[in-house]
Amino acid sequence: MQRKPTTATPWTAGLLVQRYGIFIALLLLCFALAVMNENFLSTRNILNVLRQTSINGILAIGMTFVILTRGIDLSVGSVAAFAGVVAASLATTSATGTIAGGPYPAVLAIMVGLAAGMACGSLSGVIVARFSVPSFVVTLGMLSAARGLTLLYSGGRPIPALTEDFRWIGTGSIWGIPVPILLLIGTFAVAHFVLTQTRYGRHVYAVGGNPHAAKVSGLPVHKIRFSVYVISGALAALAGMLLAARTGSALPQAGIAYELDAIAAVVIGGTSLAGGVGRVTGTLIGALLIGVMNNGLDLMGVESYYQQVIKGILIVAAVMLDQSKNKQD
Amino acid sequence: MAPLLEVEGLAKSFSGVPALIDGRFRLEPGSVHALCGGNGAGKSTFLKIVMGIHDRDSGTIRRNGREVAFANPAEALRNGIAIVEQELSPVPAMTVAENIYMGREPLRSFGRIDFATLNKQTQALLDGFGFAIRATDLMMDLTVAQTQLVEIAKALSYDAEVIILDEPTSALGEAEAEHLFEAIATLKARGKGLIYVSHRLSEIFSIADRYTVFRDGRFIQDGDMVDISKEQLIQLIVGRPLNEEFVKENQPGQKVVLRADGLAAARGVRDLSFDLHEGEILGFYGLMGAGRTEVLDRLFGLSPETGGNLHLNGKPLRITRPSDAIAAGIAYVTEDRKQTGLVLTSSVRDNLCLSSLDRLSQFGVMRRRQEALDAAAIIEQLRIKTASDALGVASLSGGNQQKVVLGKWFMINPGILLLDEPTRGVDVGAKREIYRVISDFARAGGAVIMVSSETDEVLGMADRVIVLKDGRKAGELTRDRLSAEELLHLAA
Repeated sequence: MQRKPTTATPWTAGLLVQRYGIFIALLLLCFALAVMNENFLSTRNILNVLRQTSINGILAIGMTFVILTRGIDLSVGSVAAFAGVVAASLATTSATGTIAGGPYPAVLAIMVGLAAGMACGSLSGVIVARFSVPSFVVTLGMLSAARGLTLLYSGGRPIPALTEDFRWIGTGSIWGIPVPILLLIGTFAVAHFVLTQTRYGRHVYAVGGNPHAAKVSGLPVHKIRFSVYVISGALAALAGMLLAARTGSALPQAGIAYELDAIAAVVIGGTSLAGGVGRVTGTLIGALLIGVMNNGLDLMGVESYYQQVIKGILIVAAVMLDQSKNKQD
Repeated sequence: MAPLLEVEGLAKSFSGVPALIDGRFRLEPGSVHALCGGNGAGKSTFLKIVMGIHDRDSGTIRRNGREVAFANPAEALRNGIAIVEQELSPVPAMTVAENIYMGREPLRSFGRIDFATLNKQTQALLDGFGFAIRATDLMMDLTVAQTQLVEIAKALSYDAEVIILDEPTSALGEAEAEHLFEAIATLKARGKGLIYVSHRLSEIFSIADRYTVFRDGRFIQDGDMVDISKEQLIQLIVGRPLNEEFVKENQPGQKVVLRADGLAAARGVRDLSFDLHEGEILGFYGLMGAGRTEVLDRLFGLSPETGGNLHLNGKPLRITRPSDAIAAGIAYVTEDRKQTGLVLTSSVRDNLCLSSLDRLSQFGVMRRRQEALDAAAIIEQLRIKTASDALGVASLSGGNQQKVVLGKWFMINPGILLLDEPTRGVDVGAKREIYRVISDFARAGGAVIMVSSETDEVLGMADRVIVLKDGRKAGELTRDRLSAEELLHLAA
């Protein structure tokens, strides 16, 4: 009803907090940690935080696509583990590996791992898009099924002794920057470009914002819904392989409950669970906030049990901040 | 005798922007009082303050001569003021009776609900006003019109003295609206006071006794309906003289653009054949549920049924999904812009570009400069009032939102425009601008199919009208034979 003069909005502190609240929180947290602990700002520690964030960050970027379309992907942790053991079975020097004739080149192992993740995502995507089953249910099923497949495939045992080439994606570095960090940055850059600059990005926002209007406007709603689960599956696979490469062996029980941190990063980053609103930049900051907080609490010697409590508070506080913003608009 | 409601000098600002500057109103018992004004006139703010949803900055409200300030709608309700809102809020999986008496169900021992009494008393209420609805029906099985009547029955069930009806007929067809008007007459006879808000002026003239006009947040004038003409009322609402309510400058041509043969669609639409000519505005008229919307859905590929043949400019055309229709140059402004027209979470520009993303991208990458240019051109052409094209479309007024939906379709440069209730919930000024856009489109050779429940709109705009009844063509009227009586006669 009331047409607000948008050009003359005064830059109050309140508005600043609302719009850049998460970013400010991250800066404040970094500042506080830097003051309290001289080790925090060391190059080694910063790289350490970023490396730890890379896996959750990559999962959360995939999750952002899904949540933007009003969906959710609970299966990312299981899919990560599944892709991890599949890729590892091709890249292991151990005789107990399940694939004969190995180890195969790392590139092949990674391709097959990605394909495994995308296959899981495709299956979820088809069921969500074609048969209109709620994504919560479908991916809850996939969470269980993919974990089961992982245990079956690996016989419940870790796949050890991965080749040096394969391990490079988790442990190597280029110009002193660890490869996982570069992969996170790369994933972020591509996702940001896709969501802000491409036709596909517009499709994702429209389908999430109002699927009926998107359909009437001629958009291929089913295909777009389907595609976000494939993206999430692929990025889950990448994260799973990073995890295996870093530790040198693929654990069938890897990635349990990783979906929670990924969803937390997306939500803290300001993406609406109602769909159509959000940015991958926010997700990245959300993931960093979680990573820095974990690291800082570690440095200060806070028990990991407390860390979980604080993370819980943070998630709810972030959404409350978001709600107050929506109320004003 | 003191008036039921007397309001003076009511004012309210939202973060420094005044929404209501001087609200005045006086409601007498046994009268229907129309509250008129364009979008942004302050009507909603006024009603929300009366109902205790917003607090006021200044002003007084007197109820039966006693000064009041309600903290919430429940308190207003206890003081005999009920509102039927434009946006309905039923609980779909509950029965009509449960919805009407929610939170105040008759109880038996141990807090169990006395369903027998509940259903009986609900049925008595519904029958009392002649609403043909069963108390035990589930809300989700009702039509939009019936849902509307239930909301009204709910307000009546409080035995309120003051009943506010905010656009109660926006989802109703003429027959259902007649039921509502009968109910209103009954209430009036029982000495209730009704505040009636509607953009449909013909309704106001047929049922209201008095009017009050707000404009730009201020009280402008009030008086008896018998003392004012439609033209004068429009002038008060818009603030400047409008020569004509409708704009119609097109001339239908001879060339057949779209030929439909034996079309079938959902809701029992069968064997519908018609020609649509170049430069023609073809009206589809009929009661709620006659299948008007279903025909448009079928033409646009949104219908599960695809029976019948279509020819576009003489060539056979197959449409099974919206992208087929769009590729053939058909555009569809749907009935409900919030449900199926707009992505409310997105900006004006993104909404305008939504159906043209292929044209506006290269190798999948958006040409952002082109997007901005095209959006600016449409905003200019349709005179969409928005501070910036980056503004959220949700913050625009109803009329401007409707123009954004139209603009989205003009961006695909269509040959055929399908319009379903193109001016629903749009104020008088913006209505005229939309008529102008439709007329210009047809004058330039475009073909239009327009579905409307407003008889005046059909009479004012259509070159030819097909009347639907129960999914079949009940008749066809050319402009020279068009009259309200004839339309209703064929439709009923």
